[in-house]
Amino acid sequence: MAELKGLLGWVDARLPVVEAYEKHLSKYYAPKNFNFLYIFGVLSLVVLVNQILTGVWLTMSFTPSAEDAFASVEYIMRDVEYGWLIRYMHSTGASAFFVVIYMHMFRGLLYGSYQKPRELVWLFGMAIYLMLMAEAFMGYLLPWGQMSYWGAQVIISLFGAIPLIGPDLAQWVRGDYLISGITLNRFFSLHVIALPLVIVALVVLHLLALHHVGSNNPKGVDIKKHKDKDGIPLDGIPFHPFYTVHDIVGIAVFLFVFCAVIFFFPEMGGYFLEKPNFEAANPLKTPEHIAPVWYFTPFYAILRAVTFPLFGLDAKFWGVVAMGGAIAILFVLPWLDRSPVKSMLYKGWISRIFLVSFCISFVILGVLGVLPSTDGRTLVAQIASVVYFAFFILMPWYTRWESTKTVPERV
Amino acid sequence: MRKIFASVVLILLPITGIAAGTSVHLEDMKPDLHDKASLQRGLSLFSNYCLGCHEAGYARFERAATDLGIPADLFTENLLPTNKKIGDLMSNAMADADAKTWFGAAPPDLTLGARVRGSDWVYSYLQAFYEDETRPWGVNNTVYPNVGMPNVLEALQGVRYMTCAQAPAFDENNKPLFDTLTGEALTEEKCNTVVQKTKGQLSEKEFERVAYDLTNFLVYMGEPSRLQSEALGLKVLLFIVLFGIFAHLLSKEYWREIGH
Repeated sequence: MAELKGLLGWVDARLPVVEAYEKHLSKYYAPKNFNFLYIFGVLSLVVLVNQILTGVWLTMSFTPSAEDAFASVEYIMRDVEYGWLIRYMHSTGASAFFVVIYMHMFRGLLYGSYQKPRELVWLFGMAIYLMLMAEAFMGYLLPWGQMSYWGAQVIISLFGAIPLIGPDLAQWVRGDYLISGITLNRFFSLHVIALPLVIVALVVLHLLALHHVGSNNPKGVDIKKHKDKDGIPLDGIPFHPFYTVHDIVGIAVFLFVFCAVIFFFPEMGGYFLEKPNFEAANPLKTPEHIAPVWYFTPFYAILRAVTFPLFGLDAKFWGVVAMGGAIAILFVLPWLDRSPVKSMLYKGWISRIFLVSFCISFVILGVLGVLPSTDGRTLVAQIASVVYFAFFILMPWYTRWESTKTVPERV
Repeated sequence: MRKIFASVVLILLPITGIAAGTSVHLEDMKPDLHDKASLQRGLSLFSNYCLGCHEAGYARFERAATDLGIPADLFTENLLPTNKKIGDLMSNAMADADAKTWFGAAPPDLTLGARVRGSDWVYSYLQAFYEDETRPWGVNNTVYPNVGMPNVLEALQGVRYMTCAQAPAFDENNKPLFDTLTGEALTEEKCNTVVQKTKGQLSEKEFERVAYDLTNFLVYMGEPSRLQSEALGLKVLLFIVLFGIFAHLLSKEYWREIGH
């Protein structure tokens, strides 16, 4: 023990490990009234670690070439010891990542966690989300199945809708006239090196910014207003041990569901692993119905909801604009919310109705994005898209106009 | 409001049937991966009737033999093609160009066939051939119209042809219809009904068994780790539950002093 202490002292004299441990864990004071929605940040870290570790092992046996990619995935599934487990952990992890991230973002919307002084926390978070979408999209091409191929073909061709530079841009992204082994190789490189590096760096920034300003809580009470004589918030408790032991329970619950999917229904009825993807990519045979994976479908539905040309530019271009806008508008959220209070608990009923309609429209768009479009569905998608944007665009007015309740001094 | 809600639900409803896609009636087939005898018969049928033209180019003979409990020497003697070693992939020597000339398209790899199409489809397809002189091989298929494949199981199944006859009636959801009074299955005259012309080596029931065993094997081959996965999964889930209980008790102990 004495030797260990000595070693720690030696390291600490050269690297501020004790200071970092205290700043981020044992003396990071978090509000004591977190509810279950606060578990999803930790869970996204768990999934991130899962993706990186399983990804490292998958890369050991995966061959990134158009000729061998599909066969090498089946090699992993059959000939590599526990390869099926590693692969299902990775494929299920991709979907799990979006489940926990969407819940995490919903928590932020519900309790106003993006408001001053946490604007940068939100921006870093949004950057992570954007990078994660790119990471998932590129990862989905790698197994080189029919849906990998045609899904990528459809999405990359969207760049082609941009006037003037579009077609050249799409070709530049693909590195070829259509999706080919060249595209596969560059996506592999970006998927296993570039984007994970960026994501990990952004996660560090997200946490540093959070720990600098402190965590919000369900009531949106500023716990730093009331401190004891040592400068410790009266309503704060050290993250470690209280939230670490608490989060382990949440992680166990999450892992139960996660493992149930991995071991018993990894295809999740065709939503986590789409059936056409069990057939190797064939550039000459288009699948009957091309649908993106479920976590992209809300945005895909917004894209398809725009069916009319405007200002001499065709509908596809405006669809791309609407889809990009649906993601971009999330970035400016901290500056759209003009409410004097953070949490929905103290905001007025208009904010609550808007948030509920926003969530419902997001789910409806998600469902519609999976289905082939019909006139009726397009109309529903258009209405849902309007609701989606109205939530943001009208926010500066309704948050200022409505009357709010008084936020208590203490949690 | 209720009307709007109902119409939204109706529009979104088909999400459950997304993988179905086809309007052809498919027979229900529930695979049983614990039935080793069925899987062994399936493997034997597969290597005798399918492997000549189709490949299972991602699966190995040895893995199938081991998983299905067939001793290696017995397998080598009876089921292994003579030009293959037991550790080889189940590929064949047919060149794609030849296959295109003979069948119009190269026969698809069957390793993952059941995962792409589903067990109901494969099971129905295998039984759905009928005589059709307009087709190059003299047969057609109700599940996969104008398929390029000959009915390789014809000797077992016998020859069938399409005619107008009384056939089981189904509603628009592909569910069998029954007489509300007597409870008997309803029939209706359909002109796409396939009936037996000449008897094969097997009875109808025996042939259904053949189709079942073959489909069952294809389901196994699509995901050979399924049983291992479920056995391990139970242990993992049990461990997580126990771990979770102790984690909860530990957390409660700590939080006692916070009073939450």
